[in-house]
Formats: sequence, structure tokens, C-alpha cells
Amino acid sequence: MTDPADLGVVEASAALAAKELSATELLQAVLTRVGATEPHLHSYLSIDREGAMETARSADEAYSEGTAGPLTGIPIALKDNMVTRGLETTCSSRILAGYVPPYDGTAVRRLRQAGAVIVGKTNLDEFAMGSSTENSAFGATRNPWDPDRVPGGSSGGTTATVAAGGALGGFGSDTGGSIRQPASLCGVVGVKPTYGLVSRFGLIAFASSLDQIGPVARSVEDSVVLLAGVAGWDPLDATSYRGDLPDLGGSLSEGVAGLRIGIAAELSGDGIDPAVAAAFRTMVDRLADAGAEISEVSLPACTEALSAYYLIAPAECSANLARFDGVRYGLRIDGETTEEMMGKTRADGFGPEVTRRILLGTYALSAGYYDAFYGQAQKVRTLISQEFRSAYQSVDALVSPTSPTTAFPLGDRTDDPLAMYLSDLCTIPSNLSGDPAMSVPIGVDDLGLPIGFQVMAPALGEEMMFRVGAEVERLAGFKATAPLATSEVSLP
Amino acid sequence: MPVDIDIAKVARLSRLELTPEELDGYGAQLEVILEHAGRVQSLATEGVEPTSHPLPSTNAFRADEVTPSLDHDEVMSQAPESVDGYFAVPSILEEES
Repeated sequence: MTDPADLGVVEASAALAAKELSATELLQAVLTRVGATEPHLHSYLSIDREGAMETARSADEAYSEGTAGPLTGIPIALKDNMVTRGLETTCSSRILAGYVPPYDGTAVRRLRQAGAVIVGKTNLDEFAMGSSTENSAFGATRNPWDPDRVPGGSSGGTTATVAAGGALGGFGSDTGGSIRQPASLCGVVGVKPTYGLVSRFGLIAFASSLDQIGPVARSVEDSVVLLAGVAGWDPLDATSYRGDLPDLGGSLSEGVAGLRIGIAAELSGDGIDPAVAAAFRTMVDRLADAGAEISEVSLPACTEALSAYYLIAPAECSANLARFDGVRYGLRIDGETTEEMMGKTRADGFGPEVTRRILLGTYALSAGYYDAFYGQAQKVRTLISQEFRSAYQSVDALVSPTSPTTAFPLGDRTDDPLAMYLSDLCTIPSNLSGDPAMSVPIGVDDLGLPIGFQVMAPALGEEMMFRVGAEVERLAGFKATAPLATSEVSLP
Repeated sequence: MPVDIDIAKVARLSRLELTPEELDGYGAQLEVILEHAGRVQSLATEGVEPTSHPLPSTNAFRADEVTPSLDHDEVMSQAPESVDGYFAVPSILEEES
């Protein structure tokens, strides 16, 4: 029999409804897996055994009473920048170590109401700034396909644990690729929904005009169910989308025959590793064989997307992170004056990457440099958005590799910020435009490391994105599981 | 475009009390990053409006209803220092002599 920890969300939900499995048994299987893999992975920062077991017992009651929904009793992992009442929330930062939030974020509240079982809080690059989950004040997370390599980031804790069976699904946040890139490196599905589709209330802000919560899962179908559990207007987030929700999974089995699919040229050529490029091309050919009309689409302003992003995101971060000043929560280092206390607290509490981005953003926003840097970046953002809108006049979806490379060794890029930033080459444009995008695993390279395929669609075009993503998943037939995804781990 | 950074000033504006060695290190890294980021200036943007937000949006209002606020004690339990239910900080005003 399949180890319940390896079940998909939809499969497990069916097994729970059919009473073939209880929520407590399912949670026990997941906790056993976590116990076996965590010493090698370090994907969780905290595990809430008691709370999870209590929720699992309530879930079993809900199934008995017939009140269960699609997420009732499903063990999930939450990135540790999603605030959870009564559960420590650190953003992987010393400045928030020990912080126990007095409220739940909206996505968390909806998941609790749906009866989902929160297994624990997962590791991330500090304040979600990074592409490897190495910038954590509490130690790096490792890739379940090869523990000497990074899981990607910043949501690497969630993607690593979902790949290894430490949860059936989970959530991360994506500001420049922080769900999709680690999903690609860990061989799982990762989705960045349309900006505004999921409330950001209770997501500790990094760059507010780019941040978006999204699901991580082991199948496209599971990612739809998870997203449906958190999407929708929220009066507590003024930027959340107020109109009718798009259909998410209505066309999953429609296939791609007759669809117009564009290869995003600037995201699929220069800088892409040959093995990734080859796997990408093979999948594009298969989509063509499946009846899609393939064309190449040029998005020239996207060549400067990375530059624009590394001005806009730090600018917003420097403003958002001003709230961490040693007054209301978190760390305080004493000083003679309030200003000295704040300066010492922040210098001590933030790690190097966060410090670098605060400085960068403060500079980009400061008098005399604003127009040349931040102002110009905002105009480039307009150009990029216009290019996407214009592209979607002639294609239904755009595709590219998700990450230029597969998982890289720990420490490989930590001394070279710019090399690390290039990890997000293919994913950043969708954050700037606000459009939805997802990564679907399509195979492995010569080293056995997963390769991801990115599907992009116009704003609120989730139905089209998932439709293409589901066909990519079917065509790839990617069934491999991470070597660490077993309850009997034996590593040297 | 050559990048000229008064890193000590930027750190002061950022409320980050860094050591001289740290300032030197970050200053050098910022120069490299800004040189790359400065490439945004290579695109022609005459007449292009800046985008501050990805989707068109207007003021979002909600109904003006009284709802429970956060539990005061639970909030204050997270404060590094508090006095009588207030957040406490070192003296902000110079004491009168």
C-alpha cells in the first residue's frame, strides 16, 4: 500500500471521505516522514504536533458528520512569513525570533476554517529575500533530490518538504519567483496566482506591489484545490481582487488542441543551461504534437526586467521593513536613545541580504537618484506589462523554462549577489506584470535533478494557465520522486 | 552611469548602525548591483507612465462597521518593553537641565 505521506491532496481527500484512511492516520504518516527526513532537509522551522493532531481529530469528526470539505484533514506546510496566531512566525530572521502573532493572516484563517491540518512553519530566505533558502538565520534547507544542493528559494522549505512527503501540499509567497523557482528545483508544482487573487493580509510584507501567496503541490490538480481554498476578496487587503473569481480548474482535461502557445523568446534563450533548454524544447514539440499552435513571441523590455525588479523590490522592502524597529515586537538591542536602539536592533537583527536590500532600496529612493533609478524602473515595468498585454492578443498562454539552471550546490552563489539574482531571470516578469504563472516539473537532467516548465497567462487567466499546465504534466509523465521521499532514510 | 554612493548616509537613513568594515563591504556590493540595475536607463521611456501597482485599482472601501480588534494583552505580550499597557522606548526628548 502507498505510504499515506505520498498521497496527493485530491487522492487523500477521497480516501478520507471513503473512510479508507483517517485524518489522524494520515497526519501520523506525515509526521513519521518528517521525523525521518528532517535531519537531512531542515525544511521546517517549527512543527505544531499538538495543534495538528487536534485539527486532525476534528477533521475525522467532520468526515463522520458529513461536513468535510476538500481540504479537511489535509496536512499542509506554511512558509514562515505567513502569520499564524499562537504559532511562532519568524520570517527566518533574528529580528523576529520568538514572535508569536496575535492574529491569523487571511489565507491562514481560510485554511483553518477549511479544516486543513497545519503541520508546521517552513524555512525561507530571510524575509523571502533570496533564491536558495540559504539566507536563513536558522540554517539552510537542503534539496531532497540531493542534500548537497539548494532547494531554491525563497519558499524552499515548503517546496522541499512537499517534495519529500513532509506535507501533502503547502503555501509559499512569490515576489520574483519565490514559489516557482524552488518548485522547479524540487520537482513539484508551484503557482503564483494573479496579483490580488489571494489576500496579502498577514503575509509579512517584502515588496507589496509584487508579493503574492500561492500553492505548492505534487500535481496540477492538487494546486488548483489548494488555491481555491485561499483565493477571494478580503476587505482587510485593499489590493485584493474584488470581482468574480476566475474559474480555476474547469478546463484541466481540455488539452491544448487549437490553443495558441507562445515561447517567450527573451526568457528562453540566453543564460539558460543547455539541459534545461533541451528539456524545454522537447516539451514545446510535444505540445505542438498535441495540437497547440506554437509561435515565438518577443518581449524585448523583459531583458531589463531583472534590473527593474532589483530597484522596485528593494525600494518597497526598505519602506516595509522600517516597521522592525525594536518597539512593538521582536528583537531589541538597548541604546541610550531611541534612534540608537533602533539602529543597533536593526543592524543586529537583519542578516546580510536583507541589510543589502534595505540599503539598495533606500539609495534608489533617495533625493537625487529617484528619477534615474526607481522612477525609471517603474516606467520599464509599464513597458513590460504592455508587452505582455500585447502578446496575449495573439497567444493564449506563454511558456519558458522556470529556472535557468537545475539545483546548484550549497554555497555556490552566496558570495555573488548578482549571480544569485540571475536565478530569477525567467520568473520576475510575471511579478512585474501581475499576471499568473506556474511551474510544472517535466523531467530531470543528467545528474537526476528536476527541471521545471513555466506556463504564463494573462491576469485572471488561471483557467488557461492550469489547462496548459495540466497538459504539460500529462505529456511529461513525470513520476520520479525525490530520493529523500521515504520514511526509511539512510544517508552516509 | 557611474554610481556614486555615500554609503554612510544611506545606512543612517536606513537606521542601520553598521561598522566601518560593513559599510565598505556593502558599498562595494551596491556599486556592482546598481551598475547592473542602472541598465533600466538603456530603454527609451519618453512619454511612458510609471507603474506603481500591477492591476488597475481605485480606492477600496469597506463597510464602516465595528468589529473586535486584536486582544490588547496578546499584542502587548510581544513588546520588548512595555509600561502600563504602553510600548516603552528610551527617552526621545532631551531632559531639561
